[in-house]
Amino acid sequence: MDKYAIKHLRELEAESIFVIREVAAQFDRPVMLFSGGKDSIVMFHLARKAFWPAKVPFPLMHIDTGHNFDETIAFRDDLAKKTGTQIVVKYVQDTIDAGKVVEETGFDASRNMLQTTTLLDAVEQEQYDAAMGGGRRDEEKARAKERFFSHRDDFGQWDPKNQRPELWNLFNGRKNMGEHFRIFPISNWTEMDVWQYILLENIEIPSIYFTHTRKVFKRNGVWLAWAPFMNLRDSEEVVECQVRCRTIGDITNTGLTESKASSLEDIVQEVAATRTTERGARADDKRSEAAMEDRKKEGYF
Amino acid sequence: MRDENYHTQTHSTEGYLDMELLRFTTAGSVDDGKSTLIGRLLYDSKSIFEDQLDSIEQASVRMGAEGTNLALLTDGLRAEREQGITIDVAYRYFATPKRKFIIADTPGHIQYTRNMVTGASTANAAIVLIDARNGVLEQTKRHAFIASLLQIPHVLLCVNKMDLIDFSQEKYEEIKKDFNDVANKLNIPDIHFIPISAKDGDNVVNKSENTPWYEGPTLLHLLETITITSDRNYNDKRLPVQYVIRPQNDKYHDFRGYAGRVAGGVFKKGDKVAIMPSGIESTIKSIPTLNGELDSAFPPLSVVLELEDDIDISRGDMIVDAANKSYSTTEMDLMLTWMSERPMNPGGKYILKHTSNEVKCKISNIHYSLDINKLEIKDKGKAFQLNDIGRVSIKTTKPLNWDPYVKNRITGSLILIEEGTNNTVGAGMLIEPGK
Repeated sequence: MDKYAIKHLRELEAESIFVIREVAAQFDRPVMLFSGGKDSIVMFHLARKAFWPAKVPFPLMHIDTGHNFDETIAFRDDLAKKTGTQIVVKYVQDTIDAGKVVEETGFDASRNMLQTTTLLDAVEQEQYDAAMGGGRRDEEKARAKERFFSHRDDFGQWDPKNQRPELWNLFNGRKNMGEHFRIFPISNWTEMDVWQYILLENIEIPSIYFTHTRKVFKRNGVWLAWAPFMNLRDSEEVVECQVRCRTIGDITNTGLTESKASSLEDIVQEVAATRTTERGARADDKRSEAAMEDRKKEGYF
Repeated sequence: MRDENYHTQTHSTEGYLDMELLRFTTAGSVDDGKSTLIGRLLYDSKSIFEDQLDSIEQASVRMGAEGTNLALLTDGLRAEREQGITIDVAYRYFATPKRKFIIADTPGHIQYTRNMVTGASTANAAIVLIDARNGVLEQTKRHAFIASLLQIPHVLLCVNKMDLIDFSQEKYEEIKKDFNDVANKLNIPDIHFIPISAKDGDNVVNKSENTPWYEGPTLLHLLETITITSDRNYNDKRLPVQYVIRPQNDKYHDFRGYAGRVAGGVFKKGDKVAIMPSGIESTIKSIPTLNGELDSAFPPLSVVLELEDDIDISRGDMIVDAANKSYSTTEMDLMLTWMSERPMNPGGKYILKHTSNEVKCKISNIHYSLDINKLEIKDKGKAFQLNDIGRVSIKTTKPLNWDPYVKNRITGSLILIEEGTNNTVGAGMLIEPGK
């Protein structure tokens, strides 16, 4: 029997490929959300493996807050071109200009919450019936109860008390008009699994995951990247540091880690030794203990 | 050969890359200390991060608890923190250098039997908790029954709160005997007993000095070492076709690949196979992947099979061993769990999902429902209510390609969906004809 023993990464890979194929089979207009972060890069890699030698049979979609790391955008466009995949970009700026949301003001202003409206509008406009996301259950408490196939009502909302039970590998993607699904193919992966898999498969990732010198400033104990549109308090000073991203999100709330990790092996070692969660560095989750649960109910990623 | 990569790793971070994956479920009653046990496993295996610990320490102080309440680590949703109960299946992750673990943490009280069944459906092992002061209760029988019904290969029975009975060996042995009496009426292949205290950590990760009479392994050691590869079916070749891959480009002009997750057996190039339900035979031409061809495909891999002959195959068909076929019928018997607030509609139509198939079905006969606390028949012929478990017959509009659940948990399981609401209302395990 040992001859057929498989390692955890291959089992996770098999499960995720199964889920992605299930989406392509059960839905008419699926889309894969792509942020340029490591989770969505791994998810897209799995999609390529799922349908090879055919092309991935759905487009990628990026909800662009306009507050990006330039490196992420360059990476995104390059990957779409190299793999011949269609990429749809929706801008939070357009949602603001249309008067649908009001931008936060003040020093901690973030467009993170505004993405939800842009995303739900995009799902409606493009008539997507399934949006795959790179969410993982280990990221945050509210996500621990998320299904692979997460049903959303016609307001795009999540009801944590009324989720469909998910048994064996039977995924119920049936829905009524106007409803859609959020699907999380890498639900069972941890941060460590993602990095190990990137190493195992030698997957290309944006350069900002590796150590580099950057202009940064400290806010609430977290290093943030300086960009021209960031409002600085008088007490906040811009300095140059050797840092890397542990997660990539909107630049206004992505905390940077002081690190010398310059290879994938270094990163895996660093993740193994680290004593804080990756979301611990994200300002958006710190707002309240139940922050993620509230955002998810409204239709966040 | 690419295949070799599934068995050996050559990276410098070996020790992280060569772990096995074990999925286990936890069942216990409200105050058995289940959340505390999971918190303890995460804490003692150093899987809790500093910011998580800070957050639960602060919450413990706010709620007036003495010391850190490890149970708060797993009580995710706000309603649960307020009511102090776990209301849905939550998934937790931790890893040791030997294995990666996925915990399906399920609530124990009776109205949530459906969640226990859900958590059990994908588990290799079940941890069943007993409060040492109370011994084997009806709830324990219910947990054991569900583990047996869902064919979880390994049951680890933890007698918890040993500190509250002064680590009495006598009482522990008594509980062991009582549980074995229950298990003898069931079908549980492998049972282990461990005396623990989740609150203080005795025999969870570290061996306890309070139980010198206990010579067995700690809970974590068991979780790291129980054999799991032999739990899978490597004998009966089964590949439910999930998706047909047709690139339609110049390079792969005539390529037709049948994608799916291997549900049983080992497929190799040159194997004679049959397509169910038609029974048409062909031979495996190749098992291609993005990284080259595979030598063999076996559970639980997601693969693509290319066949020698051009046959009409679509989603819902199953590729099997030509000499060892699955059943293909429109009538079958199953053990069914009812998962909806709305009672079963006898004779009504439901949508049925089984492997990659979706058909309509009718519940043609309700044989009986069980009292799972007493392990005896409760009603005969009566429509099932929420959390009822029992035997029914169904009739489908198209044939299903299936195996008995005891032989194969993938090709032997199905769900029922209510038309209109699209809710999953039933979970079924198919029974061998004549049994």
